[in-house]
Amino acid sequence: MNRINKVFEHKKNEKIMSLFITAGYPDVTETVDLVLGFERNGADIIELGIPFSDPLADGPTIQYSSNIAISKGITIQGIFDMVVDIRKESEIPIVLMGYINPMLRFGLDNFFTAAAKAGVDGLIVPDLPLDEGGMIDELARANGIQLIYLIAPNTSDERMQLSDQKSDGFVYCVSVTGVTGAREGSEVQQSVDKFIQRSKANITKNPLMVGFGIKNFDDAQNISKEVDGFIVGSALIETIRTSYPSEQWKEVVFDFVHQLKFGYSRN
Amino acid sequence: MPVITKTSYSEPNQKGYFGAYGGKFVPETLIPALNELERAYKEASEDPEFEKEYLYLLREYVGRPTELSFANRLTEYYGKAKIYLKREDLCHTGAHKINNAIGQILLALRMGKKRIIAETGAGQHGVATATACAKFGVQCVVYMGEEDMVRQKLNVDRMRLMGAEVRGVSSGSKTLKDATNEAIRDWVTNVEDTFYIIGSVVGPHPYPMMVRNFHRIIGDETKRQLMEMEGRLPDYLIACVGGGSNAMGIFYPFINDDVHIIGIEAGGLGVDSGQTAATLTKGRPGVLHGSMSYLLHDQEGQIELAHSISAGLDYPGIGPEHAYLHDTKRVEYRAVTDAQALEAVSLLSRMEGIIPALETAHAFAWLEELMPTTTSDEIVVLNCSGRGDKDMETISKYL
Repeated sequence: MNRINKVFEHKKNEKIMSLFITAGYPDVTETVDLVLGFERNGADIIELGIPFSDPLADGPTIQYSSNIAISKGITIQGIFDMVVDIRKESEIPIVLMGYINPMLRFGLDNFFTAAAKAGVDGLIVPDLPLDEGGMIDELARANGIQLIYLIAPNTSDERMQLSDQKSDGFVYCVSVTGVTGAREGSEVQQSVDKFIQRSKANITKNPLMVGFGIKNFDDAQNISKEVDGFIVGSALIETIRTSYPSEQWKEVVFDFVHQLKFGYSRN
Repeated sequence: MPVITKTSYSEPNQKGYFGAYGGKFVPETLIPALNELERAYKEASEDPEFEKEYLYLLREYVGRPTELSFANRLTEYYGKAKIYLKREDLCHTGAHKINNAIGQILLALRMGKKRIIAETGAGQHGVATATACAKFGVQCVVYMGEEDMVRQKLNVDRMRLMGAEVRGVSSGSKTLKDATNEAIRDWVTNVEDTFYIIGSVVGPHPYPMMVRNFHRIIGDETKRQLMEMEGRLPDYLIACVGGGSNAMGIFYPFINDDVHIIGIEAGGLGVDSGQTAATLTKGRPGVLHGSMSYLLHDQEGQIELAHSISAGLDYPGIGPEHAYLHDTKRVEYRAVTDAQALEAVSLLSRMEGIIPALETAHAFAWLEELMPTTTSDEIVVLNCSGRGDKDMETISKYL
């Protein structure tokens, strides 16, 4: 069984926590160490962001981290090398998340071959909706890379069902219409309940992960109570941004991760 | 490369593709909005009442049809083919952009949308949108790069005077590309009540098709006017191309005709200088702002900063239909530099008493190359897409 399915299979009694980190942020030399630390502190899945100069589905936090990573010289090959290094020590599922243009420029054939070889498990492409997914569906399948599509509160029942069919591993529920970024808890919760109910009714094949706007343990537990788990990105990057490069920055970040998953500090 | 045969042109296809270009590369959240827009546009374009109101406004408010002026002194100057100018600079607000803004706001109202957003580079589309919103009393937010706000201060003031909120964008190059990112982010967030009036033949389907169709009146009028004046079609058709809306507007009705069509890109400091906006000349296919087209991007697929003296052409992408017309060789695409465009501004101003926009001046600059190859029994039509008042601050630095 592949790594993503295994996590959902083996951890049925807890909320799966997927963490998003922009590859190369805060520095290309830190990504491998961060990912391994996230795993030690409760992360079940890692979403490794491929930075793009024009991330139109992302809010200011991920735009910022992407710009830093690009300025530090991040490359797609460099990200595959990071995955290889992570794989020397860890079997945590790794999902790459990135916009289609850098992948096109790398060459889609090469991209999927190299991703599979490095040990990547899944792929999320926020600017590649189902309508355009045909350009990578076959390549992903052929290389054993699981494609994860996103659904939003305004996604119709029919499209949710189609997303379920086309996705493999899990389906990503975008809890609010909007770009990525931490939000006030009540803002997220109010709109999300109905959407989650509808998602559950339509997504039957895959586990459901909910993301966008989660910033702490309480948010995460509330929003994911009816689904399999939750995704945190911007709040994590914000924590890095405010602590890096202080002496204890990594401890601060890892403790944040621990609290997100377990609700209490590891100290 | 396939060559378009006459009368066969029917792009885009159902999925919004012009050959390999176009499509809908947007977050899932925008798909329902694009589908809704597609349905609404289809209904509207089949509704004679919609067309009637659109044409009424273009006549009574925009001032159409615009003239097709014979440029007698410019013609004498080159001593070759006759030069006609399609006078989009005479449109209300000073450029062709208003044709599309009027079309899209009528569509927005028909769809019950209460809030309008737009991106702008030179400010001409922003002004056109602010104008249309004022005319219909609708809330208007315009995203504009901070660098462009400096370059085109007059247009910022015009938009604000008409009640639009102009939001400065400080990310990236602080120009049109970044303003477009920000407008799309706004749309993703406020998709229920907001209509995004895109200002060029770019973006996800159905925008490239829809914007082209709202501008095709430029070419339709040109054809009729030239038939009346000369009894025939032109030999050459020239327009400047940034995103490419004025060009698609005048080219489209001539696609199946035996006319040599030329699009002029902004070469900036030179197409090989690294400071250019000549997307078709120097770019490669890729995806930006919702569609597959030619783009300026580096080896890692990161979008490169464009450069042009003209804010309206200072964009690293181009409409997908131009990419298709380029690959099929139906349209010839060339580039001229900032310096050539500036020379053309002063030549046209002195010869014809028309101060063209810096964007438009790029098309004029190509006459230097083209005219010596023409003969006196030929006809050149150039789309004079906008007037240069907004650029006086930039232009006067070089006088």
